[in-house]
Amino acid sequence: MTERLFEGADWDFHTLQRITDACEEVATKDLGLNVYPNQIEVITAEQMLDAYSSVGMPLFYKHWSFGKHFAYHEASYRKGLMGLAYEIVINSSPCISYLMEENTATMQTLVIAHAAFGHNHFFKNNYLFKQWTDADGILDYLDFAKNYVMQCEDRYGRVEVERTLDAAHALMSHGIDRYPGKKKLDLRAEEKRAGRRRQHEEEVFNDLWRTVPAGKSKTRSALSIERRRKLLGLPQENLLYFLEKSAPRLAPWQRELLRVVRHIAQYFYPQSQTKVMNEGTATYVHYRIMTKLHQQGRISDGNFLEFLQSHTNVVFQPEFDDQRFSGFNPYALGFAMMQDIERIVTRPEDEDREWFPDIAGKNDVMGVLRDVWANYRDESFIAQFLSPKLMRHLRMFHLHDDPEERAGIRVDAIHDERGFRRVRRELARQHDVGYIDANIEVVDVDLSGDRRLILHHHVIKGAQLNETDAKRVLQHLADLWTYDVALIEVDANDKVLREYVVSPRPISAVA
Amino acid sequence: MPIHIIDRRLNPGGKSLENRQRFLRRAKSLVQGAVKKTSQERDIKDVLEGGEVTIPLDGMHEPRFRRDGGTRDMVLPGNKKFIEGDYLQRSGQGSAKDSGPGEGDSEDAFRFVLSRDEFVDLFLDDLELPDLAKRKIAQTESEGIQRAGYTTSGSPSNISVSRTVRRAMARRIALKRPSKEEIEELESAIAACADEDERLLLMAQLEKLKAKSKRIPFIDPLDIRYRRFETVPKPVAQAVMFCLMDVSGSMSEHMKDLAKRFYMLLYVFLKRRYKHVDIVFIRHTDRAEEVDEQTFFYGPASGGTLVSSALQAMHEIVRERFSPSDWNIYAAQASDGDNSYSDGELAGMLLTDKILPVCQFFAYLEVGESGGSAFDLSDSSLWTLYERLRNSGAPLSMRKVSERSEIFPVFHDLFQRRDTAQEKAAP
Repeated sequence: MTERLFEGADWDFHTLQRITDACEEVATKDLGLNVYPNQIEVITAEQMLDAYSSVGMPLFYKHWSFGKHFAYHEASYRKGLMGLAYEIVINSSPCISYLMEENTATMQTLVIAHAAFGHNHFFKNNYLFKQWTDADGILDYLDFAKNYVMQCEDRYGRVEVERTLDAAHALMSHGIDRYPGKKKLDLRAEEKRAGRRRQHEEEVFNDLWRTVPAGKSKTRSALSIERRRKLLGLPQENLLYFLEKSAPRLAPWQRELLRVVRHIAQYFYPQSQTKVMNEGTATYVHYRIMTKLHQQGRISDGNFLEFLQSHTNVVFQPEFDDQRFSGFNPYALGFAMMQDIERIVTRPEDEDREWFPDIAGKNDVMGVLRDVWANYRDESFIAQFLSPKLMRHLRMFHLHDDPEERAGIRVDAIHDERGFRRVRRELARQHDVGYIDANIEVVDVDLSGDRRLILHHHVIKGAQLNETDAKRVLQHLADLWTYDVALIEVDANDKVLREYVVSPRPISAVA
Repeated sequence: MPIHIIDRRLNPGGKSLENRQRFLRRAKSLVQGAVKKTSQERDIKDVLEGGEVTIPLDGMHEPRFRRDGGTRDMVLPGNKKFIEGDYLQRSGQGSAKDSGPGEGDSEDAFRFVLSRDEFVDLFLDDLELPDLAKRKIAQTESEGIQRAGYTTSGSPSNISVSRTVRRAMARRIALKRPSKEEIEELESAIAACADEDERLLLMAQLEKLKAKSKRIPFIDPLDIRYRRFETVPKPVAQAVMFCLMDVSGSMSEHMKDLAKRFYMLLYVFLKRRYKHVDIVFIRHTDRAEEVDEQTFFYGPASGGTLVSSALQAMHEIVRERFSPSDWNIYAAQASDGDNSYSDGELAGMLLTDKILPVCQFFAYLEVGESGGSAFDLSDSSLWTLYERLRNSGAPLSMRKVSERSEIFPVFHDLFQRRDTAQEKAAP
């Protein structure tokens, strides 16, 4: 029998090393995972709270909103309303996993298998992460961002910087490029570029230019709308990008701050699209690794039972009428689907052969799963791989809630032959960020008139913007644009539902 | 593949401290309001413990474009009895399986915990003793002394032993003075040595060491250092607060409670904000006595009322210990306003002639029964007296309190920073 990795609950750093080695053996040999080098850091509960308030990143620029989140988390943690995560993992190379010091040895094993191998493999191989994030550069870039914000505060004052960041944060969810085509961000080069730009400005600065009399401005023939929109790169749904490039009166450092916020938003964009897959992958991987270690006798029966208990808690899915229900648990759904794929590949039934001819009975579980993990996101993953058997098992049904409908909420489809495809399509749509985020884009700027910025919100299924929030965000937008901003909500037939117009505040009033 | 395992637990904590301070600074007015509100409901001792406050999130809200309303579709797990085409009632089940609490709603009010220091600082933030700078501050500057490093000359009483010994040791090491152990070792080697030649050699060595240790003294006059003092001009910022409390029989338990709360607050405020404030506690019935704080706050007493006794006691203490030319003198008096009729004149005289001329500020707090109906009848004898004095221009502030919850606002009112108070008055 192989030697036990640990006995009981205690661990030290040698134990962690042995655990990591054992996990790695299973991960690479049995599962064929391909991961970034691992860096495992042991932290305290307080440090975990710190990490929570800066979106899990080890370093971040200073901003009051993080202090707010910290105060909030701390209060609920102290009152026992909230437990802390066992780990946090960062999509970087080397891949950093934070482990809580309170975890038992079993929990540390679980967490290492989950984060350092499951998440790590997903980060390295999934196409969205490859396309949109730069794992090598992110920590350097955050370091740059932190220092840059600090420098700006020194040079231009804290209030001014805070004002710009507040506005940028409000627009953060609309500071993302959704479609590839641009070349991948190289964050290290970004950082150098910003430095060069500043240096160049300083080198060519000549105060005399200010005194040169300006010639008579050329009368520009009115641009055609088409031409104008093309020049401004419109329509543009990345509001932060648009402001950075085209806002008429922003200082260079303000543009740079918008850029920082935009890059960070872009870095997190893949994570929001792959919650189910990411957690599903990590959970499946830790389950396989733990089971294997137990089979090899490296984990005792007692410790394995402890693992099973926390594993079961993690993948618990309350039903819709349960008090604890708050939507689908991505761990539960993801893990169930991964296991279901394993079943389809190894022990398919006739139904599966009909629904999944490509993978049913293929027998190479890890090959299929690795391919899935690399090439799908939540929406496409569910749309492709949610099987009728799992829908039956989870007893899924689709509700259609039309406020106009007097009779109530209609049950549109259930887990039966007629409903499978519709339920699946609807669930996939629920995980599509294109449907979750409001579809807002800049459509025009009134260049010949008062420079009003015009945005459209394409209303889907009658869900208009929350009024108070919309006004506040638009206020921020107008402050950056420094002229009026109009947001028009239009439905699918281009019918105008509502129009907001907001004027910028004078700077003194804001400060 | 190399795996790094790093122990971060010993890293300095408080990484979020700066963000937290930024947050508090930004939310200052909101938090301050919340702190005041919270403290009304609490015991004064608890105020010092910090604690949880709730602020409206309005000013701290982080807006996002979010959508609500419209038709909604959701896929849910756990269907037990529905078939396609069924209708669910909206009110009951319908709202229960709402897609989770909306972000905006759950954050409407924001609760978090303030540390003790944060809490008290915010609580006392805009308070101060009025006119702390003495009127004739320019003349009354006194000299104080303060430590200012070390010097090579000075009075023997100022020798800094630790510094001297340290320098001596450094010198001995630098000059390689043989240590006692070295010599002892050599001596024992000589004693043990059998060979005559070697013995002579060792003896010579010993002589050399002894001579060297004689040449290099253990402590040299060069090593000696004296503590140096500098005289610095010190403006008078000495202040004394006289707390005069009526504990006579006419004060009900409720009134005493109010008065004690007021003084407790005053005590906390002074201790926390001013380093050099002396506090004198005087309680009186028909006799006055100076007491320590324990007795003042917790000791029982009862009897008739003679306000002049307290004023007399204060006057005597001032004359003995607090020369008005050196001290800023403040007084706060709490009473139910009841004074024996014959005493009024004496009290008035003491105040106008002895007390008020030397006081920077005199606060009078009149405590009443819960409900405060007694006040409506007529002003008490003390109140009338003080009102007359105030109208003639004395630095007097007067407030009436009959409910616990009024203590904090009144206190705040009495000690509010003057310039802010004026700003508020002027539109």
